[in-house]
Amino acid sequence: MQFEKFNPLEDEMIQVMDETGEIVDPDLLPELSDEELLKLYHTMRRSRAIDSVALNLQRQGRMLTYAPNLGQEAAQVGTGFALKETDWGVPAFRELGMWLSKGWTVDKILQYWYGSEWGSHHGDDIRLLPVSVPISSQYQHAVGIGMATRLRGEKDVVMAYTGDGGTSQGDFHEALNFAGVYKTPTVFVIQNNQYAISVPRVMQTASKNYAVKALAYGMPGILVDGNDIFAMVAISRWAVEYARENGPVLIEAYTFRMGAHTTSDDPTKYRTDEDVEPWIAKDPMIRFEKYLINKGLLKEDEIEPLIEQFEDEVMAAYRSIEHSSDTEIDEIFKYHYAEMTPQLQDQLDEYLAYLKGADSNAQ
Amino acid sequence: MPNKINIVQAVQQALQNEMALDPTVVVYGEDVGVEGGVFRATVGLQQEFGEDRSFDTPLAESAIVGSAVGMAINGFKPVVEMQFMGFIYPAFNQIISHVARYRNRTRGQRHLPMVIRAPYGGGIRALEHHSESTEAMFAHIPGLKVVIPSTPYDAKGLLIAAIRDPDPVLFLEPKRIYRAFRQEVPEEAYTLPIGKAKIVKEGDELTVVTWGAMVPDVQKAVSNIDDISVEVIDLRTISPMDRETIVASVEKTGRILIVHEAAKSFGAGAEIMAIVNEKAFLSLEAPPTRLTGFDTIFPLPRGEEHYIPTPARIEAKIRELAAY
Repeated sequence: MQFEKFNPLEDEMIQVMDETGEIVDPDLLPELSDEELLKLYHTMRRSRAIDSVALNLQRQGRMLTYAPNLGQEAAQVGTGFALKETDWGVPAFRELGMWLSKGWTVDKILQYWYGSEWGSHHGDDIRLLPVSVPISSQYQHAVGIGMATRLRGEKDVVMAYTGDGGTSQGDFHEALNFAGVYKTPTVFVIQNNQYAISVPRVMQTASKNYAVKALAYGMPGILVDGNDIFAMVAISRWAVEYARENGPVLIEAYTFRMGAHTTSDDPTKYRTDEDVEPWIAKDPMIRFEKYLINKGLLKEDEIEPLIEQFEDEVMAAYRSIEHSSDTEIDEIFKYHYAEMTPQLQDQLDEYLAYLKGADSNAQ
Repeated sequence: MPNKINIVQAVQQALQNEMALDPTVVVYGEDVGVEGGVFRATVGLQQEFGEDRSFDTPLAESAIVGSAVGMAINGFKPVVEMQFMGFIYPAFNQIISHVARYRNRTRGQRHLPMVIRAPYGGGIRALEHHSESTEAMFAHIPGLKVVIPSTPYDAKGLLIAAIRDPDPVLFLEPKRIYRAFRQEVPEEAYTLPIGKAKIVKEGDELTVVTWGAMVPDVQKAVSNIDDISVEVIDLRTISPMDRETIVASVEKTGRILIVHEAAKSFGAGAEIMAIVNEKAFLSLEAPPTRLTGFDTIFPLPRGEEHYIPTPARIEAKIRELAAY
């Protein structure tokens, strides 16, 4: 187990491919077929296409508050890629690349962001939990899913996500502590994108990095270049198999949120161009494309048409839900209990009667 | 051999019955496994069903409830214990943000068949935070059910119903009367309907609605009253509340007194008064009335006798209301 002894206190980050697309650690380069390489690339590009279309729609007033993923594609796609179909994904709210890997369809994703609960009805075969807004609370669910897996003697792994800000929550501590005690098959992923909305890392923790926190819970903690798809795949693959056989692991994916926290946020209030500048060259997409072009799997002039194709696909998915996703009134009441309570039935009936009266008055 | 047991034994027996019948039922919490719970509500379960089915946890209420969410999503029916209701608050975020919401959030794709058990209420001369009655805070949450039994028979039947319920149930156990009396209870599993109150004593001049540890106190008060025909309703489920039984009773009696241990303002009694005003207004012959704990922090033991309404105070209030 090559990473079990990784010492995060040394504050060294695992990197396989540098910013120029050069492989700097060939020993760690994950085995990937050409088909798998393109699948990773296409998933990253699809993620970026969804972001781009959603942000445009939001500006046009055709999308609600949206949390973009720009710059974090390798961290999300690389971790999600390592999961089997029978493994679980437990997201926070900025894990688009993982959602795509787990089979949450683009129309459903957009339906969620466009204000319908139906977006979170993923389909019965998909082992993915819905978006969890209260920060790090979902870490507990990941632990519980793993406890159940262990009790049944199964080998499914649960990949759980939070951000750098999420490590300050009590639930982060409680979940890692439980996972350590019960040796649950959990891979805890921290997408350290440097900001919790406006609050930078220095205000979040005095720890050397986020990976060191794992040591206190008796689990390995690995610091990884989150913008390096190969490092993310290599570490995630190892972590998933380690969790399957042994117990929990923590991965800190060191990355950068290139966009706003959400469309309601204005990053210029808390960071400058100089803060962002160094990260532009570290864009996970640029280095991966360089690598693929060098390898002959991608041509420079194929990129633009590919982006267009993916954006068209996203737009088509959006059109399929733009008008069909309005909530039926009874749906607001129907899903609180297996059977609607008399109280809920009364409130629904009263509201429907009001609407009927208002309607006939209007005629 | 007759199965004459008290409330805490009824809780234990309900868990034992369901664990034997359903291998997906697991019971866990602080001191729940080896010790069998600080009140012995889970005693013997680990010995009988093994460490996989009944186990101790680290001291972390949010993780106990939050992990139960994950276990319920992944095929189990967890029954978790909060050692005292006063310690449930670290788990409040999980309860309000996830436990109560999962079915609606996923449009029915994922639901949580789980039970959170907690001993509640005062009068046991305990330390601070061990005497809470905050059922109204939880009854206010859409998507949650809140059940409070007052007898061994009801405790067993309602807990089994809660475990079999496809939706999450907060099951609050009146610890002041955990061992107050015994009752003949069927040894095998049975259920009682959640959402149904019980008429403990029929009467036609005045209705008293109460629940939990206040039920025997009300019964004691009423046993001293020969000249007023009092109907006593044990609410049993706080949410969803059995409006029908309350309204039917008030339509008959025209007078209602609500007796609860919790603080007065914004308590479950206020909801009952609202229901009566909405549904039985024209039957009323006196203002709906409450006799409750004060809007104060529950006093430490040397003052607690003043907080919980006593049978004498209940009797006085009944007489006052009957004379209105």
